[in-house]
Formats: sequence, structure tokens, C-alpha cells
Amino acid sequence: MGQTSQPVPGGRPNPVRRISGGRVITVTSGKGGVGKTTTTANLGIALARLDKKVVLIDTDIGLRNLDVVMGLENRIVYDLVDVVEGRCKLRQAMIKHKQFPELYLIPAAQTRDKTAVSPADMVQICNALRPEFDYILIDSPAGIERGFRNAIAPADEVLIVTNPEVSAVRDADRIIGLIEAENKGPGKLILNRLKNDMVRRGEMLSPADVTDILAISIIGIVPEDETVVPASNNGIPVTLNESSKAGVAFRNIARRLNGENIPLMQVETSGNLFQRIARIFSGG
Amino acid sequence: MQEDTVAIKGIKDGLLITLSSTAEWPTITGDLAARIDEQGAFFQGATVTVEFGERPVSKHELSSLKALLDRRGMTLSVVLSDSATTLNAADALDVRTSTAAYTPGRTPNETLAKTPDAINPEEEGTEGVLIRRTVRNGRTVHSQGHVVILGDVNPGAEVVAGGDVIVWGKLRGNVHAGANGDETAVVCALDMTPTQLRIASYITTSPPGKRRRAKPEMAVVRDHQIIVEAWKE
Repeated sequence: MGQTSQPVPGGRPNPVRRISGGRVITVTSGKGGVGKTTTTANLGIALARLDKKVVLIDTDIGLRNLDVVMGLENRIVYDLVDVVEGRCKLRQAMIKHKQFPELYLIPAAQTRDKTAVSPADMVQICNALRPEFDYILIDSPAGIERGFRNAIAPADEVLIVTNPEVSAVRDADRIIGLIEAENKGPGKLILNRLKNDMVRRGEMLSPADVTDILAISIIGIVPEDETVVPASNNGIPVTLNESSKAGVAFRNIARRLNGENIPLMQVETSGNLFQRIARIFSGG
Repeated sequence: MQEDTVAIKGIKDGLLITLSSTAEWPTITGDLAARIDEQGAFFQGATVTVEFGERPVSKHELSSLKALLDRRGMTLSVVLSDSATTLNAADALDVRTSTAAYTPGRTPNETLAKTPDAINPEEEGTEGVLIRRTVRNGRTVHSQGHVVILGDVNPGAEVVAGGDVIVWGKLRGNVHAGANGDETAVVCALDMTPTQLRIASYITTSPPGKRRRAKPEMAVVRDHQIIVEAWKE
């Protein structure tokens, strides 16, 4: 309460954050299996393709996956817990990507659990990385416990990944509430695995249905795409596949993060003339 | 400067102590103790209403203030504040609360005394809380009074009120009005599709199927069941 202290510009709750340098963006979801890791890997590569310096951090300690999806599993020597516990320097745990020299991964430890790292450790690591990188992307574990809090603590921005199904949207809503409680803003939504034809038939939630509940803005819609799974299995994220629809979607999200104004993918909900008339009469 | 940080005056049911909402907390408590001690045992046994204005007072600070009064034989009985933090702290310490605008002890002495028998134009009103955001999945709102929410109540959220619940938005979570047994409590929403709606000991769910169009509705208990009707005067 010192009266001599300067007011913090914009009323930012934590003036320590936002030291000059890169943006810390956390990718989270609440529910598991909606595509957090795939999204983190693809956004990392898409940003690296835009000549950005990017570091990815896997905070899913005990269930690490990001290294596999990035195809860097066999290069791991040190991990996040080794850094936190002082067994190595931060630099030593950073694995350089095979193709992009400005893209790095800090893998999670596999033999420990989430309690091996604290939110304060994450803030400290991210602050150490900020001066050197444009983007620090954090892959959050599923759930709302310690791992989630670790992932969210250093975030400047949060991306919430969800699928167009009710259970995933419920969990996203829970997560958004927790993010708001941490003063990390409402976050932006990535709607993953949307099937256009199912939306058109009214069998899947549309982007409008999802935003109706969540009331936050969508930064990207990623269509269901069969090339995603084999790409992840082979450690070559789908963003590198020029003809993949999901790849295009991830590249667009990266460009939007970078400040470009790119319209969202339009879901064709109108159908043909006959279907539209039928829908008017059925009240849909 | 002492005069500005602490003001003590007599009201109908004891003492009203008004504390500056801007001065440093240690200054205020110091000044208050000094002011009371100046009077010797004069205030002993007094019931005290403390007005904090907009200052957020933590539970710890409030409990130390309560102890300060206790040591001098005075009882902290009511906390008047415009800050939710202070009101919560008072709740936690089981001290009666009120917002500063509504000061039951003071009004009769100061205003009504000058206009005897005049019809009081002031609506009596009752206490409530206002939540100015969407209540999301997993969040809860509990109040002994009414609850007004400017935003949606999403599925998985829970609102429990001793009085009425008004949702200026979509009501899709669980809501319980009249939770202490008040069957006259109502629930109003711009779009009434709660997961579960309770009034006093009655319980209902939204009818299945898609709604055609959202419209403001009000739920009340009538003939021992909850009915939902269009919201009009």
C-alpha cells in the first residue's frame, strides 16, 4: 500500500508479467482427447513457418505426448522437471526441431507427476524464455488440477480447444470460468474436428451453437481431417502437408495470432434450396 | 487529521462509527483506539455499527477491529459497506451486514425525525447480490437474499438464494429460489431452460425438446407445483 508506488498501467493484476519479449500462449481444454497436443504442435510449426522464434513446453508431466507428435521423442535428454530441479540448464532441455532451427520443444518428464512443477516455476521459466522467443506455447494437460494451474500461471493469452459436442463444450465452459477467475481473460476458442456435413444435417453442434453457450470469440475452426492422425503418428504435424484442410486451418490460426485478419472458415449451413425451404417449415 | 479518519456518533441502537475509506488501515485502527480510549469507560457496553464505505476489508482486518472493540467492552453488531470483500468478511465472522445506502439505525433519527408522519417515499426493498457476469459450469452463487445475474447461468452452474433469482440472460444451470422454504419466491429469466429449477421444496426440470424462441418467463409456485408463465407485470 506504499503511496509512493506508481499505479500499474491498465490495472494489470501482476506487474511482473509482460516483461518485454515473447507472448506466452497456453493451449488448454479441460476435457481430454479434444486435440490440445495436436493443436500446440501444429500452431508451433505454423508460427515457425512464419519465421517466428517459437518454443513449445509440454506440461503434461507423466503423460507426455508433444514430443511424439513433433517427432522428437528420440532426442530427449533432459526435460522440464530436470530444469526445475536444477539438474540441467534451461538451454539443455530445449530440443531443436529437425526442420525449423528456430523451433524448440521442452518436453515433459515421463517418470514423475504434475506436482514436480509449481506454477511459480512455470512463470520463472517463461520469463527466462521471453527475451529470446516470439512465442512460447504451453501444452496443458487435461483436467483442472495442478497440471492445469501450472500451464495457466505464466499465460498472457489462453486458447481453449473444444470439439463440437456437448460434453467437450461443458468442460470448456468450466475451464473458461477458471481462466476468468485467474484474471487471464476469457481466452479464445479453437473449434476442432468439425464435420461440415453433420452440422448441415443438424447432427453436430454448429460454431454458433458453441459460441451461444461459451460466449467467447472463435479464433479458428479446424475441420475433421483424416490426414491428422497419421501425421501425428509419424511425428510430422499436418500443418506441413500443404493439401490438408486441417493444416490450412492451423496455419490460419497462427496468422490470426500474429495479428492478420483472416475470415473464419464458413460452415455451409444453407444446403440446397429444397432443404432450406424444408428447414423453414420445420422451424429449424 | 484524526477527525477525518474516524467519526463516532450516537444512533438509535448504539454507536455509529464511520471510518475513512481512503486512509491507511493502521492509521484508522490507531486513531479509533485513541478516540475510544480518550473517553475512558464512556463507550463501554455499547453496541457498535461500523461503516466502511467502499474500502475492502479482509476477514483478518475485520476480526482485529472486532477484537479491538471487544477489548474495550464494545460489541461490533453491524457492518455497513459497499464492498463485497468487506461484506463477505463480515459474513464469515457472523456479523450482521448491510450496504451503506441502507442504514436502518440512522435513517429514523436523521431524516424521518424532521418530517414526522410524512409518507416515506423510499421503497423498503430487500437485500440481494448482483453478479455482473456469466456464471459458468462449476461455479456457484449462494445468497440468503435475492440474486440478480446480468449474464447467463450455464449448464453445471448453481444458484441458490433465500429469496428470488433474476437472470438477465439465459438460465440453463441449476437454480433454487426460496431455499429457506419461502414458497412465494420466484425465478425470472430471459430464456428459461434450467437443468433443474427449485422453489422452496418444489422441484422441476425443463421440458425436453427444442424451444422455438426464447422469451422472458417467470417461475412461481401455484397449487403446490411450479408453473412457468410469460413474464409480465
